[in-house]
Amino acid sequence: MVGKKKRKGGKTVVNIVLGFICFIWLLPTLGLFISSFRPAADILHTGWWKIFPHQEWKSGKTIQLSKDVDLRQPIEVNGKTYSDDQLKAGVAADDGRLLWENRRARTVNVQDKGWQVKTDVTLDNYKNVLSGKEYKIKEADGTVITQKGSGLSQAFWNTLTIAVPATVIPVLIACFAAYAFAWLRFPGRKTLFVIIIAMLVIPIQVALIPVLKDFTSLGLNGSYLGIWLAHTAFGLPLVTYFMYNFISQLPKDLFESAFIDGASHFTIFSKLILPLSVPALASISIFQFLWVWNDYLVSLIFIGNQPSVQVMSMKIADLVGSRGNDWHLLTSAAFISMLTPLAIFFLLQKYFVRGLMGGSVKG
Amino acid sequence: MGAQAKQKISIKAVLLSLAVLLANIVVNGLIFRFFRDSTLNPLVTAVLAVLWGVLGVYLIYYTLTWAVERYPVHVRTRVLPYVFIGPAVILLGWLLILPALRTLYLSFFNASSEEFVGLSNYAAIFSDHLMATALRNNLLWVFLGTLACVTFGLLIAILADRSSYEKIAKSIIFMPMAISFVAAGVIWKFIYYYQPGDEQIGLLNAIVTYFGGEPQAWTSMLQPWNNLFLIVILIWMQTGFAMVIFSAAIKGVPEDIMEAARVDGAGEIKIFFGIMIPYISTTILTVTTTIIVFTLKIFDVVMVMTGGQYDTEVVATQFYRQFFMYRNFGYGSTLAIVLLIAVLPVILINLRQFRKQGGF
Repeated sequence: MVGKKKRKGGKTVVNIVLGFICFIWLLPTLGLFISSFRPAADILHTGWWKIFPHQEWKSGKTIQLSKDVDLRQPIEVNGKTYSDDQLKAGVAADDGRLLWENRRARTVNVQDKGWQVKTDVTLDNYKNVLSGKEYKIKEADGTVITQKGSGLSQAFWNTLTIAVPATVIPVLIACFAAYAFAWLRFPGRKTLFVIIIAMLVIPIQVALIPVLKDFTSLGLNGSYLGIWLAHTAFGLPLVTYFMYNFISQLPKDLFESAFIDGASHFTIFSKLILPLSVPALASISIFQFLWVWNDYLVSLIFIGNQPSVQVMSMKIADLVGSRGNDWHLLTSAAFISMLTPLAIFFLLQKYFVRGLMGGSVKG
Repeated sequence: MGAQAKQKISIKAVLLSLAVLLANIVVNGLIFRFFRDSTLNPLVTAVLAVLWGVLGVYLIYYTLTWAVERYPVHVRTRVLPYVFIGPAVILLGWLLILPALRTLYLSFFNASSEEFVGLSNYAAIFSDHLMATALRNNLLWVFLGTLACVTFGLLIAILADRSSYEKIAKSIIFMPMAISFVAAGVIWKFIYYYQPGDEQIGLLNAIVTYFGGEPQAWTSMLQPWNNLFLIVILIWMQTGFAMVIFSAAIKGVPEDIMEAARVDGAGEIKIFFGIMIPYISTTILTVTTTIIVFTLKIFDVVMVMTGGQYDTEVVATQFYRQFFMYRNFGYGSTLAIVLLIAVLPVILINLRQFRKQGGF
């Protein structure tokens, strides 16, 4: 009885500790998410947590001092004296806080502490970051500045244009290869497969310089085709290995009976293997797709500064460099780039986790 | 029948298969040129590319196997495997294997790849201040990052296993793995953000000032501690990976052994170190090597957070800088080879593992 009770108490502690860890893990994303919906001026002047109820000074009634008060002397307000500096910074008084409202007009504001929420939300950040047009931002002090949007929608379509073929092509090619490695016997099979395993963790940096040279001479730099080929080749070892592990585990009788019926390898592959491999195909395709979607290095090298082909990760990295303080753009841009991965994560969690586990060795 | 078939390699089949091969090369060459020079709307290009990627690539295999099937059986069984693995081998050879060898070759030459310099690039890596910093930082990343990911991953896996909301907790911790390092960089840049004045909109500085501290420019001014603030991002992203794998391994530890230990009066800590850790030691090793390999090549985070300034350079960013900004192909290649040498043990482990599992 005692032991059981103790463990029950332990469970509460575990729940609380884990809850705290989860809270910390969630907090960064939450901050980004909330900020991306706040007006540009708000983001820069108050923390995003201010959208939750918090205590804050609110301006209350105004006290008009006589116009000829000498600011260098102690200033009398409501029978007490304060210095100019105190009033600049705000000073506690009996009924709240005193602060200059307008120093030149000699007005002092009496502020009370009260619960506040800053719940202004807007979709403007998303509109502005997606379009390439100019837009206006109203600052807190009323001035209006004009900025140029960053045209992220173009980058979004570019990313999709790159990611879908760069997933489909390597997966198909790798499946054929995996089938041959698993079920056909030919000289060189072992050597070739060992090479593929060796290349699983190879850092792609070792290939970048020569491949870039080849691409330059072929005119493939900054073209979709070049980056598809690059992603295909860099993804192939892993996808082949992953599919090999799956296809080689399929029962042998399956093939034998089909073969006796006179089916060719090609028929067996397309009519039997591919349909049976759908779960594995889904997992590894998701992995490859997200890998390409989230990639920064390969795009940076092979797309370079071709703005018409730029992908989202490059665009965002550029924004960080050139407009690092425009948090209204950065937060919404980052969130847009996260939408696809997060959607896949929540909708296809099973395949997603399996794919990531299998792909964890990737270089 | 075999003997009979052996004699019959008809000229027709040879011509036909050559024609098919040639047609494939020509058609795909044209498609290649079309995509390279295409100025169509990207979306249209994408749709066409997917069509080519599925149907086109499929057709290559289809036509080639069709041509091979014109031959008698003994030729067919020999040639067919190479048709199946051909495209993969060609792409890997062209874009991965040969380039790796060429990079190795270039690493013995000077900046413009014209003059043979022997091993002096390798010597420079350890003496050049920038590159030595990159090496030091990379070691810091690998050591601290991996240690933290594995420790937290194991801890959270155990906590989640005993909590009443395991699934949700695991989802939350795992979620950062889905997003890109660039997006994660933005997220954390916002947390570390510093602006002069009273109002801090960066979470970390807000917390620090709330407790009466001075706000700091965490990722730039606090050298060499700024590296730690970057490593935190890696921990945030990769702990989920370690956790999911550990979580599965923990569930494999037999409950009755732990129960028996409990009956014998062993505390939870003793059970953890005495039973659980030894039981999942292979898993710990796998997770550790995986994260080490991953961390060795860390690039995006540093690029987005600091661009390698303020002494936060790592090998991969230094590689990029040497390669793209200084056009020093000698140093660039050497740094790439250093990365390769660093993962070499892992390659050997993988190969041994493969042989142990039965290989072929």
